[in-house]
Amino acid sequence: MNVGVGLPTTTPGTDGTLLLEWARRADAGPFSSLAALDRVVYDSLEPFTALAAAGAVTARVRLATMIAIGPLRATALLVKQAASVHALSGRRLTLGLGIGARLEDYEVAGVEHRGRGRRFSEQLAYLRVGVDEDRVGPARDGIELLVGGASGPAFARMARYADGYAHGGGPPRAFAGAAARANAAWRDLGRPGRPRLWGQGYFGLGDVERGNGYLRDYYAFTGPFAERIVAANLTSARAIKDFVRGYEEAGCDELVLFPTVADVAELDRLAEAVAG
Amino acid sequence: MTVSIVGGGPAGLYLAILLKKADRAIDVHVRERNSPDATFGWGVVFSEETLGALRDADHETYLEIADTFARWDRVDIRFRGRVLRSRGHSFSAIARKRLLEILQRRCFSLGVDLAFGLEVDDPPDGADLVVGADGVNSVVRRVHEREFGTSVEAEGCKYVWFGTDLVLDAFTFIFRETEHGFFQVHAYPFDEHTSTFIVECPEPTWRRAGLHELTEEESLAFCEKLFARDLEGRELLSNRSLWLDFLKVANAVWHHGRSVLLGDAAHTAHFSIGSGTKLAMEDAIALRDALVRRSWDVEAALVDYEMERQPVVERTQQAASESAAYFARVAGYRELEPIQFAFNLLTRSGRISHASLTVRDPAFTRALDAWFTGTAAVVAPPPVFAPLSLRNLKLQNRAVVRPDTSPAGAGLVLSGFVAVSLEGRITPGTPTIHNWTPAAHPVVLQLSHAGRRGACRPRSVGVDVPLRDGWELVSASPLPYGPFSVVPRELDEDGMAALREDFVAAATHAAELDVDVLELDYAHGYLLASFLSPLSNHRTDAYGDDRLRFPLEVLDGVRRAWDGVLAVRLSVTDWARGGMSVNDGVAIARALVEHGCDLVHTVAGQTIAEDRPEYRRGFLTALSDRVRAEARVPTLVGGHLTTLDDVNTIVGAGRGDLCILDLPPSDLESELAPAPKLVESAVAPS
Ligand SMILES: Cc1cc2nc3c(=O)[nH]c(=O)nc-3n(C[C@H](O)[C@H](O)[C@H](O)COP(=O)(O)OP(=O)(O)OC[C@H]3O[C@@H](n4cnc5c(N)ncnc54)[C@H](O)[C@@H]3O)c2cc1C
Repeated sequence: MNVGVGLPTTTPGTDGTLLLEWARRADAGPFSSLAALDRVVYDSLEPFTALAAAGAVTARVRLATMIAIGPLRATALLVKQAASVHALSGRRLTLGLGIGARLEDYEVAGVEHRGRGRRFSEQLAYLRVGVDEDRVGPARDGIELLVGGASGPAFARMARYADGYAHGGGPPRAFAGAAARANAAWRDLGRPGRPRLWGQGYFGLGDVERGNGYLRDYYAFTGPFAERIVAANLTSARAIKDFVRGYEEAGCDELVLFPTVADVAELDRLAEAVAG
Repeated sequence: MTVSIVGGGPAGLYLAILLKKADRAIDVHVRERNSPDATFGWGVVFSEETLGALRDADHETYLEIADTFARWDRVDIRFRGRVLRSRGHSFSAIARKRLLEILQRRCFSLGVDLAFGLEVDDPPDGADLVVGADGVNSVVRRVHEREFGTSVEAEGCKYVWFGTDLVLDAFTFIFRETEHGFFQVHAYPFDEHTSTFIVECPEPTWRRAGLHELTEEESLAFCEKLFARDLEGRELLSNRSLWLDFLKVANAVWHHGRSVLLGDAAHTAHFSIGSGTKLAMEDAIALRDALVRRSWDVEAALVDYEMERQPVVERTQQAASESAAYFARVAGYRELEPIQFAFNLLTRSGRISHASLTVRDPAFTRALDAWFTGTAAVVAPPPVFAPLSLRNLKLQNRAVVRPDTSPAGAGLVLSGFVAVSLEGRITPGTPTIHNWTPAAHPVVLQLSHAGRRGACRPRSVGVDVPLRDGWELVSASPLPYGPFSVVPRELDEDGMAALREDFVAAATHAAELDVDVLELDYAHGYLLASFLSPLSNHRTDAYGDDRLRFPLEVLDGVRRAWDGVLAVRLSVTDWARGGMSVNDGVAIARALVEHGCDLVHTVAGQTIAEDRPEYRRGFLTALSDRVRAEARVPTLVGGHLTTLDDVNTIVGAGRGDLCILDLPPSDLESELAPAPKLVESAVAPS
């Protein structure tokens, strides 16, 4: 299993200097990917923009959206953005897509919330089919496509169009359950081999209260679930090791740990916890 | 700190005890609407593990509870005049009244403020923690129903909870067929004088028997008469024993602010797996632990409590729902051999498998295996290694493998999709009947035509991804399959005749290819399936009025050309609104059998691209079970089965006859290779 790290794009206080420094260190460190979350209504950075910046100062790591909310973007422009990051980074993009969980993102984007599942399927098909006859460049072959979501239709879309599954977070046991569903869907749709499985979690190894405060705020829209997400924050080297081991046993291919505090020292702490 | 508990059932009382024990300084108030000795129901069962948890949580009540327990390790199943026994289950039971008495006494001795006869209408405010331990119809839950995300729905049969002065010596299931339908009993002893005796039946049976019009005494008399033989002259006892629906309660979250739900208020699990009291008391333990761990930081503790308990409870509820559904359709199994009926019953909720039952009761699975393989062997092999005869074909075992994994030793190998014509291919590389040859034996040849799912790119890049320059597609109606799919041409009568000929010719050719099983593909939205579903067949001709007509014409034609084993791969449900339900699928399976189909390969969905499948391990088992029981036909089923134990359980219980294993090729070979030899017994079978 590979371990990747999230970019601090949704945590308060990230500027260009920090983001680039974070990306450089991750590329030099033991991490295999840099990933970004997506959210419109928040003081956060747009994921493709952030990945483009990170791509410019890194050479090795994969650059992933985990996940980007597909239906919020017009399909051709989504494809254009993704293909651009892919081209600029020397073909390192992993495009994780989902329908997202927040109504208000749809509202401010002026996009119908109803019918988002069907439109999302169309976007995925567009990516695969090349209905634009590849007039919308640059070339997008080699983009690894992941789909997230926990519903039956999400697993079916994943198996129909994607290369793998992006899990939304939770204890290893929950991941194992989702992995079984992903594998079942993959078989059911007659895909050869098996899906790539990506997992994720949050960590905060320095100022725990600051990290927890951020999670509470970021997930306030989930109501009572926010406290559960806070409770699952990995705040010790021990917790990280257990989590990594649990995910590995559950069959995860790539585990991305997202920061809760925008401080490059967090990267070093994480590198140490993962290595030690 | 002040804790206000609404409801003095097992959850509320046990929490009060544990909190007081953890810290005497806490003010614990319990409000119970009933008087101390008034309660519903009779005895409740516990498992051994529950007892372990109770011992660690409060030794004093544990001793008292354990002292009054009725214990036994046997399950008796009375079915068609036979009694089937299974041992090694270690149950205990206690009178609900007695349990409450013990808990009440302990509350008083610890200084809990416990008051009876007080019905709470509005949850108390002012306390640091408000606990809704007030059962299925919780008022604490009701005031924040939206926040809790509550759902309450009836599941399973109509039931009535009696007692009886007959003292049983085992957990006893009784099945009785009547002119109105099936009735069954869940009965078990709980003290030296009394047993619980729950009677249930599906709602239509209940109405046919006129039970909805009977008074409490009349329905008691009805049940007494129906089960007179089993009651051995003893009587049924009523304790507000009325016919009820079992309500399944679930909540997305179990706490809101300083209010928390415990026990039945938070979740119920159908009584047929006897877990509600256990869950309620375990909730109390988890909540106490969380509060202590979090140094009485209520909010943090409630999050911990919920995170710890929810996954456990959801698994139990899933098993309970499986069990409830089993009892609701049990009449469908009335023709199973008693030993198989019993194994099916014991494995109904998914919590006991062939392997785990073998650990508890090796004699039982030995008897099952011996019956199943039809040998008098001392050690018969498990069901997966039992041969299966279909027409003239004898399969060596029940394990079926996919074409990309064909290890030696598999009972049957699937060919994968083989098109009857070039136009019927899915991708340019799809084999057709003209270039396909069997790679291993015995083989199932899946004869198909992709219909509107044709002309696609290889599945390594995705599914239903159309080719840029494909070929013309045909389907029942001119509806494209998925986004950017080509609009197919509606098949006309000439086209249908030609297609039928293609299938018949392919079947004739199959005979020359040394095919063992021929399988017609009526699944996953391919051409023949497109006729079956109202979502893909919008025709206004005779083939729209009778959607089965064309698929049956093809079946009839093929049946005449092929006298070997003929299977049909069928999507039993569309998993989509407005599409075919499982009932529709079962009806189709029946028709297929009437037209000579020997085996139904049960799958589901993919009729349309935007369906709502339910993927998990074994997601097709329940469908295969229904087809097998209701259409009375052998079935082949997959659905992500990953162990031989899965196969033993499914095949042994009669939920399917052949199972597709999803294992990497290397694992498959080692699992199937050492097929145990039958050890013939010296004694002739009796
Ligand atoms: C037919 C049947 C058989 C069962 N068999 C078993 C079994 O074998 N094993 C097992 O473990 N479980 C069994 N159960 C489940 C078990 O009875 C419940 O899960 C268990 O009682 C739950 O405990 P509780 O404390 O949460 O709720 P309850 O036992 O329902 O207690 C709630 C209490 O709150 C009181 N109350 C309600 N509203 C108010 C109010 N507004 N103000 C004041 N007081 C109020 C009620 O009077 C009651 O005393 C069975 C259930 C049924 C229906």
